[in-house]
Amino acid sequence: MANFRLCPDSGLFFDRNAESLMKVNAVAAAVSLLVAGLLALGVALTRWPAVHLLPAEQFYMFLTAHGLNALIFWIIFFEIAILYFASSTLLRCRLAAPRWAWLGFALMLIGAITTNVAIFQGNSSVMMTSYVPMQAAPHFYLGLILFAVGALIGCFVFFGTLVVAKNERTYEGSIPLVTFGAMTAAIIAVFTIASGAIILIPTFLWSIGYIGYIDPEMYRVIWWGMGHSSQQINVAAHVSVWYLVAGLVFGARPMSEKVSRFAFLLYIFFLQLASAHHILVDPGISSEWKIFNTSYAMYLAVLASMVHGLTVPGSMEVAQRLKGYNHGLFEWLRKAPWSNPVFSSTFISIIIFGFIGGITGVVMGTEQINLIIHNTIYVPAHFHATVAVGTTLTFMGLTYYLIPVLFRRQMILPGLARWQPYLFGAGMTALILFMMGAGTMGVARRSADMTFAGAALTYEYPGMAFTMMGLAGIGAVLAVIGGGAYLLVTVGSLVFGKKLDPSAGFLQSFGVPLSRGAYTAQPEILPMAAPVEEYGSAGHFEAPGTFALALVLLISFVVYYFINWKYLASVWPLS
Amino acid sequence: MSTYLPPAQRIWWNVPMGREEIVWIGIALIWCLIMFFMMPYWHVYGKQNLSNEAYQTTPAKYGPKVQAMIDKYTVRTETDQQIPVVHPPAGSDIYMLARLWQWWPIMELEKGKSYRLHLSSMDWNHGFSLQPININMQVVPGYEMVLNITPDVAGTYGVVCNEYCGIGHSTMLGRIYVKE
Repeated sequence: MANFRLCPDSGLFFDRNAESLMKVNAVAAAVSLLVAGLLALGVALTRWPAVHLLPAEQFYMFLTAHGLNALIFWIIFFEIAILYFASSTLLRCRLAAPRWAWLGFALMLIGAITTNVAIFQGNSSVMMTSYVPMQAAPHFYLGLILFAVGALIGCFVFFGTLVVAKNERTYEGSIPLVTFGAMTAAIIAVFTIASGAIILIPTFLWSIGYIGYIDPEMYRVIWWGMGHSSQQINVAAHVSVWYLVAGLVFGARPMSEKVSRFAFLLYIFFLQLASAHHILVDPGISSEWKIFNTSYAMYLAVLASMVHGLTVPGSMEVAQRLKGYNHGLFEWLRKAPWSNPVFSSTFISIIIFGFIGGITGVVMGTEQINLIIHNTIYVPAHFHATVAVGTTLTFMGLTYYLIPVLFRRQMILPGLARWQPYLFGAGMTALILFMMGAGTMGVARRSADMTFAGAALTYEYPGMAFTMMGLAGIGAVLAVIGGGAYLLVTVGSLVFGKKLDPSAGFLQSFGVPLSRGAYTAQPEILPMAAPVEEYGSAGHFEAPGTFALALVLLISFVVYYFINWKYLASVWPLS
Repeated sequence: MSTYLPPAQRIWWNVPMGREEIVWIGIALIWCLIMFFMMPYWHVYGKQNLSNEAYQTTPAKYGPKVQAMIDKYTVRTETDQQIPVVHPPAGSDIYMLARLWQWWPIMELEKGKSYRLHLSSMDWNHGFSLQPININMQVVPGYEMVLNITPDVAGTYGVVCNEYCGIGHSTMLGRIYVKE
């Protein structure tokens, strides 16, 4: 069976089915991102007090759709493509059960469209969280359920492909670290989707009248078992992509397979507990439960992220030093390929995810500190650092790599692509920092009007809060332009980019396989990585620059953490 | 090139860790434990904690409790909506309810005195966000949460709703006065 295509640029082998599925999933992801970005503009221009674009009704509709398209549809479509890449492509294995994979994709597509239709029909502006007893139209929930079932099928196709690769011996030794990380993401995804099913199926039945009552607190606890855990799929997936980029751009090897894999294992054990982050100031839940869960059982998942924070850039540093960039602590970083968007988006993502996303997440997830942060606009600031910069920017960077390798098109507008990660990263960082500032001044999230126009009583936020929301608006506009540049380059390349394979036509960019001649038989077994002289670095520091950066992170973390305790100590005594 | 290739050693778990990884894991683990123990520490020594006191309730049960307090302690009304302002005795149970799109009633409290503040919602989720001091609480229908509060700074406080509750969400504003 001639089903494998060798990419001459990367040396990767693409299975014919996996190739098509990766393409359609990536394209569906890009369309979701386009919708999400347009909606983001509406949301941001409404929250920018001087502009205040949309009336309340449209604002809440836009915000609901923005959340679902950006946080669920864009990311999960892309993650399914990553799962197929990490299994079939990296293991040189045929994709298991391709018909099931297509069924999964179809369900995800139908689900995403159904939910979007429900939102834009206007009676489902319930936000992504859809807390009961606020009710959306039944097809709002139905679309989400279909999407989740489709994603679950995608996860099982991934697991199946791992089994096929092992049985058919397509690789030597153990699966690569990147595949291991993707497997972590898929395992967390199964848990996540199970939580989603447990709560969304009854909610759907409630919306059509078969169930009379759903306890609002139970809904919140279980919904967040999906809502927060789905962000943990993203963490596992984008950390895997960070390792992949370290390998692709620098030829890096993991500093230690054992340490990195153990850190992923900690994710599986503990990351899901974070659903508690949303329940910290809820009634009827004990402090013992909150403390254990919000800390991921003594912060063991935070430990895992701190480990990846060292080992991902550390592996880059080791590879750079081997190439001779050995001068001082940071020559390896100065001489990194900053004009390669695959690298720059990854590195910006690592920095913002660690320094802002990680630190704010732990701080506001502290049981008592949550009192001064819960549901302020500080919360979206945090998750834009983790998801919009951490996950989205990482995936953007990977797309630049995939355009020639997977889609066989040369990238158009390379100059714009070079600047795109900086534009998006800078806009997002401004948005994040100013929303954090406004949040500490109490500005509420998910509000159409921070002046409270139309209320019987009055309250005025400090003038600085208005300034901050205006500056956040400017950051958001920059980020939307950065996102637009990404879509222009990537979608433009799929349509207008120079063909790197004579048969890579328009339809091929959207999932149709290349001409028969492009495919060959099952490739040879994937060999283990070449051994290195001195594996690990027992005895001396291999990556001192990264270690120094890690200490800077730790110091920022400690200082910011205790500043927040001090701030908490200044508010009214509560017990 | 091996982050995406099978590990160079078949028995990779026997390869020793690098020095900076060992040191970093040690430091990070200590920091994780410090952060963990800060939470129980604050329950013992800190002054800002939640009581965890809560009851299941219904709008039909909670509404009359609020009304009883209003009937007893209203000192005046405000705005053309005639929102009652209650001045309950220090140390008493005070009841605030959230509904589309009101915090009801307005409270007048005394500085430095403690109160048992009850919160519940008559309809959807709401967010109790006391401004400008920025204390935030989730208010969930079907549950009555009790907090012991001790306002220690006099002034006029806004109660903003910071959980999305439909089209009038941004007009849902209440008030608490703290008198010297």
